[in-house]
Amino acid sequence: MSSNTPSSSAGGVGSADAAAPRRNSKRPKYSKFTQQELPACKPILTPRWVISAFLLVSIVFIPIGVVSLFASRDVVEIIDRYETACVPQNFSNDKVSFIQSAVDKTCNRTLTVKKLMKQPIYVYYQLDNFYQNHRRYVKSRSDSQLKDNSSWNDVSSCKPEDMSNDQPIVPCGLIAWSLFNDTYNFSLNNQQLAVNKKDISWKSDRDKKFGKDVFPKNFQNGTLIGGNRLDPSVPLSEQEDLIVWMRTAALPTFRKLYGKIERDLQPNEVIQVTLLNNYNTYSFNGKKKLVLSTTSWLGGKNDFLGIAYLTVGGLCFFLALSFTVVYLVKPRQLGDPSYLSWNRNPAGH
Amino acid sequence: MARGRIRARLRRSHLYTFSCLRPSAAEEGPHSIEGPGYSRIVHCNQPLMHNKKPFKYRSNYISTTKYNFVTFLPKALYEQFHRVANLYFLGTAIISVTPLSPFSAVSMIAPLAFVVGLSMAKEALEDWRRFMQDMKVNTRKVKVHKEDGIFGNKTWQKVQVGDVVKVEKDQFFPADLLLLSSSYEDGICYVETMNLDGETNLKVKRALEVTLSLDEDEAFKNFTGTITCEDPNPSLYTFVGNFEYDRQVYALDPSQILLRDSKLRNTTFVYGIAIFAGHDSKVMQNATKSPSKRSRIERKMDYIIYVLFSLLLMISLISSIGFAVKTKFYMPDWWYLQPQHTDDYYNPEKPVLSGVSHLVTALVLYGYLIPISLYVSIEVVKVLQASFINQDIQMYDEETGNPAQARTSNLNEELGQVDTILSDKTGTLTCNQMDFLKCSIAGTAYGVCSSEVELAAAQQMAIDLEDQDAERSTGSRQKGKQQEIELETVVTSRDEKDHKSPIKGFSFEDSRIMKGNWLREPNADVIMLFFRILAICHTAIPELNEETGSYTYEAESPDEGAFLVAAREFGFEFFKRTQSGVFVRERYSVAGQPIDREFKILNMLEFTSKRKRMTVIVRDEDGQILLLCKGADSIIFDRLSKNGRLYEEDTNKHLNEYGEAGLRTLALAYRKLEESEYSAWNNEFQKAKTSIGADRETLLENVAEMMERDLILIGATAVEDKLQKGVPQCIDKLAQAGLKIWVLTGDKMETAINIGYACSLLRQGMKQICITANSSDAKETLSLFVTVQVVKENILMQITNASQMIKLENDPHAAFALIIDGKTLAYALEDDMKQQFLGLAVDCASVICCRVSPKQKALVTRLVKEGTGKTTLAIGDGANDVGMIQEADIGVGISGVEGMQAVMASDFSVAQFRFLERLLVVHGHWCYKRIAQMVCYFFYKNIAFGLTLFYFEAFTGFSGQSVYDDWYMLLFNVVLTSLPVISLGVFEQDVSSEVCLQFPALYQQGPRNLFFDWYRILGWMGNGLYSSLIIFFLNIIIFYDQAFRSGGQTADMAALGTTMFTCIIWALNCQIALTMSHFTWIQHLFIWGSIGTWYLFLFVYGMLSPTISGNAYQILVEALAPAPIYWSATLLVTVACNLPYMAHICFQRCFHPMDHHIIQEIKYYKKDVEDQRMWSRERSKARQKTKIGFTARVDAKIRQLRGKLQRKHTSLEMHSPVTPS
Repeated sequence: MSSNTPSSSAGGVGSADAAAPRRNSKRPKYSKFTQQELPACKPILTPRWVISAFLLVSIVFIPIGVVSLFASRDVVEIIDRYETACVPQNFSNDKVSFIQSAVDKTCNRTLTVKKLMKQPIYVYYQLDNFYQNHRRYVKSRSDSQLKDNSSWNDVSSCKPEDMSNDQPIVPCGLIAWSLFNDTYNFSLNNQQLAVNKKDISWKSDRDKKFGKDVFPKNFQNGTLIGGNRLDPSVPLSEQEDLIVWMRTAALPTFRKLYGKIERDLQPNEVIQVTLLNNYNTYSFNGKKKLVLSTTSWLGGKNDFLGIAYLTVGGLCFFLALSFTVVYLVKPRQLGDPSYLSWNRNPAGH
Repeated sequence: MARGRIRARLRRSHLYTFSCLRPSAAEEGPHSIEGPGYSRIVHCNQPLMHNKKPFKYRSNYISTTKYNFVTFLPKALYEQFHRVANLYFLGTAIISVTPLSPFSAVSMIAPLAFVVGLSMAKEALEDWRRFMQDMKVNTRKVKVHKEDGIFGNKTWQKVQVGDVVKVEKDQFFPADLLLLSSSYEDGICYVETMNLDGETNLKVKRALEVTLSLDEDEAFKNFTGTITCEDPNPSLYTFVGNFEYDRQVYALDPSQILLRDSKLRNTTFVYGIAIFAGHDSKVMQNATKSPSKRSRIERKMDYIIYVLFSLLLMISLISSIGFAVKTKFYMPDWWYLQPQHTDDYYNPEKPVLSGVSHLVTALVLYGYLIPISLYVSIEVVKVLQASFINQDIQMYDEETGNPAQARTSNLNEELGQVDTILSDKTGTLTCNQMDFLKCSIAGTAYGVCSSEVELAAAQQMAIDLEDQDAERSTGSRQKGKQQEIELETVVTSRDEKDHKSPIKGFSFEDSRIMKGNWLREPNADVIMLFFRILAICHTAIPELNEETGSYTYEAESPDEGAFLVAAREFGFEFFKRTQSGVFVRERYSVAGQPIDREFKILNMLEFTSKRKRMTVIVRDEDGQILLLCKGADSIIFDRLSKNGRLYEEDTNKHLNEYGEAGLRTLALAYRKLEESEYSAWNNEFQKAKTSIGADRETLLENVAEMMERDLILIGATAVEDKLQKGVPQCIDKLAQAGLKIWVLTGDKMETAINIGYACSLLRQGMKQICITANSSDAKETLSLFVTVQVVKENILMQITNASQMIKLENDPHAAFALIIDGKTLAYALEDDMKQQFLGLAVDCASVICCRVSPKQKALVTRLVKEGTGKTTLAIGDGANDVGMIQEADIGVGISGVEGMQAVMASDFSVAQFRFLERLLVVHGHWCYKRIAQMVCYFFYKNIAFGLTLFYFEAFTGFSGQSVYDDWYMLLFNVVLTSLPVISLGVFEQDVSSEVCLQFPALYQQGPRNLFFDWYRILGWMGNGLYSSLIIFFLNIIIFYDQAFRSGGQTADMAALGTTMFTCIIWALNCQIALTMSHFTWIQHLFIWGSIGTWYLFLFVYGMLSPTISGNAYQILVEALAPAPIYWSATLLVTVACNLPYMAHICFQRCFHPMDHHIIQEIKYYKKDVEDQRMWSRERSKARQKTKIGFTARVDAKIRQLRGKLQRKHTSLEMHSPVTPS
């Protein structure tokens, strides 16, 4: 379309001695585009449009809200906060020294199932006040190193956790270094409840981002030990805890998938949890929670989406209603010229 | 050539009474020239003398460019970084190469380079055009004395002070010259000064008597002389100097000076000495520096930028303080960050340092609040808008072949906010062509053609009457019908005439006196006398056109030319002028044979603006002495004899009619003289003519006065000063759109007033306030200082009286017109008086300033611009308008005429005045709304986006992490949101162009600034704030901690960021769709295409290697698209963001509809087609209540008619009881 517009503006005025043949060339070419006469739809907000638009929104939104709310209500969640309870009495005033000491960190918790939980039941750990989104933290990783064995010494972005004993660390960086290392063991009626730790990470991460030929090397070998150690014989693509951990959370409060329990839990069943409370959240007063949750098609338990949909839908319904009332009570005939400024206010201007 | 010589031999000065034949030289001594300001010495014919030290005068090379090759880069860069925003972006670009930057260096530097480069390229192009124009002038050729009396061609730039220059007919003078001699033996020449002051009548310049002999090339062999004169100054009408020649000193005055850029006319050649060259010449001294103009919206945008800057600074400070606090108090506990191994940036030990460095980071990070893309987009949009203006076929002039042109694109939207138009007259409103249209002879009006004004007014009236009919009683309808029929005949007669090939200067038509039919009229002898006066009483020279065999005339003023053409067409062809006589060929005589008659010219008392009349005394072939006189009606009527008033009443009536029709009128009278009476008077006259002394002119005038009395009135002429096509209609529309129109002209007051009538700026019944300074009375008795004081007080009194009068006026329909001349204006523009003057001028419906110099035009423009604070537009065609064009907020030049100076200085050029209507009412209106909406939307968009970054900051411990991928950020302004906003800025139309033209009142939305006031801007900013909150917090809560899909995985930063970004793209693009009211396929493509592009990008980006895409790898395909919560969050946030705006516009349309809303609705329901009466009624109501334009004139007329009707009714009622009885 724009090729129709000759660039007559360029030379135009400079050459005043326009000869006769040039005259015609200065004549703008007619096209609907250049004359700004392209066919256009000019929708205007007539009352019918307004009311039906608002109504449409409410008609769409309220069912969505209801469905979401139901979906969210279907999800059963058991949350157990354990970071305080799992500190022995004698350390209760100095939890940091407890976590840094070599004391046995085993801790037993019991969870009661309130409602039927259909499998799969997802096990999460939830940390709080943990800035996984801190700029220094987020940047401290090397994607190329994780992906490919050949670039194992590409650690420039991983400072300060790049080298240890003058050898590159695989996987390098603060994120990997601070890998979460609490472990959970579940038993139901003294019977071990299997936790499936396969397929808890994103498939593409396993397949493409974490190399099958990349093995942990020189990891947690420095003077400062951060979090969990990794089995050097297992390739990174199978270290799913690491893969999950490396997807940094957006907010300082976050849950991460620990594993799946692949059997239904009946109401009033009591689950025994034996956990190793290794991870230091005490320095920064972070909470630790163990979460067992089912999911719906919409994900986990979150009533907010449904409520928000209902609110917006309700609001639109209200607006539709009030505009209807207004048009019924005090209709303004559309295109009524008496509303033109010169008619409304003859003394004006 | 032969003819030229014959003419040259004519001593024209014999014909003149006043200006020439002055006793030469000795009458006044040389000026005593000394002291500062009078240091210039010019050695004539020795130009090389001026190369040496004490002189070193400037060369004749001129340059009006802003830059040259060396200074371009630094100067243009300085200009660019003068903008605060650019400086900021420069800062961020510098930071971006340091590790402090949250983004990559390229993403910061590239857009800046693009913006600055684009603007600089534009500057360079514009300057290059100026340079080419200068070069064209500099390389013009002129003949210059080389040596030994040989003249050779030189370019203008090589002409030096002291050169003897020979200028030939119709050439421009290359520098300010001292006239030495001309082809006429008495050394006079004719000069056209249109480029200087816009006046089109020729001016006579006269050489000193002593240099008359230097009239051939050889004479300059050994010519020397010295000129001592004033230093270069901008005053066009003064010159003081002495000329030393042959050891004698002669005084020089302005009448010997030929100014650069004026043109030699009617004279074969002149010789002159260059006194002032190049930038020293008076016209160049008059030139004002061309200022760079910025539109009102852009200036306001700066304030918004400041607001955003403070916002930016505030949130940056908040986050850097937050960061410092977090780093100092919390970070030591965050072992996972290894706080003990940090560089300075994260060092808890040095919180101040890290806080400061974080401030820098934050300033870059939140840079999205200051939209750099805004400048790029606005630049792009304006260029496109300008190209639409250039392409508008309805502003293309077929005759000259010139389209309208936006020469600078940064003032487009200013066109929509104009409040006052300052217009030049000649060449802009009028074509400077006089047409003989009507006459009144012996109390009978002849001429059936109507003037363009009448015609247009008639059409308007017809439309109006149609409307009025509906409301009026049946009785008056007949009257209306009658009028309509009358009007129709007028219209049709005009149409017929157009088919014939019209004679230039003659549009008369009346079979009663054409083709010799006048012989059969009752007063044939009077009619003959009338035609004779036309053919004899003038100062023109005939010129035979050999091709057609007819004569054309070189007259001093176009009126005279029109008279002569008229006389020729009536059969009284003036064909020869000799020293003593005028020869007229009478085609239709009583005898039936063409007769050549000679009239001996005894005396000629020519026209001056003070006398306002011209008289010749001739002896006809019978020996009868006749005094023939033409002049302003008031002057002639005062001088009629008792028995000469036979036709006075009828003629007066006709004169009034002509005046109302906007025609220039002159009354014609004669007187028969007895031989003795004449010779007695002639003696007196000759005595006065040869008298020496200051009172010579007064003496001459008195003598002339003695003769010009006891006249017998014959009739009157009406000449149309031909307006440019469509001028009255355009002025009417512009007045209806609420624009004020001032006319600034270099012309005489009478001419200006006539034009005022012609284009309906003045009308009958308007109270004219003429402010003049009668300085002549006081001059003689008082010293200079006191005179100025007295004159000023006098003017001030006039102004205050007039203001008082306006205040006391209680008739709402009363209209006032202010007419002021240049001399008075000079006082009125002084600091102590200009406010009063402006106050008065603003109260008047129309303002006409006459006899103003170019500088004064600029000063008046500045006064209006600064005094009222409103947008001014100046339009003109000549070099004398350049100052005004540059001074005004918008300068418009008329292209297609000779000089290009006005166009070169202008911001827009149109071929005709009438295109101004479309330029303002359509393009201005659109551009204003487009830019206003676009800028508002831009701020909305960037606030909505930028603030989400800030909120997220607060959740990351103010560490400077962005929730979005770098690529998203980069694409946000460049790809994902730019095209819709550009389409808004380029294609949006609230109503179509026809509606804009039909409802000029809609234009007022611009001057009243309804779309870019702070209320609206803050509203949009508030909307942005709201949207950012909704987008961020809804997403945060939705993706808080639980699984976001059935697979159990929780959302990480990439998933949250991408969802949030999707919401932003949707919300912003839906918002712009709501803002628009005009969707062509382009808008649809851009808006929905932008959204589609986002998904496409996300898909493609996800396919790239994870080393490039990082956490966004396969994010759409694997994680988000299968998750229903992603889609439902998008829908929720999009709707929630736009809900308040939607409710707002629904509410506004429902309860407070604006004019364009209603009109859109009318159009939507096609009510204008169904109910045409309503449509046309609204159209006529939609006018701003104006007091100018012919609509106002028609209104006044209708009021007057109604008044009459009422009176008639009442009188009828009074009579009616009587009639039955």
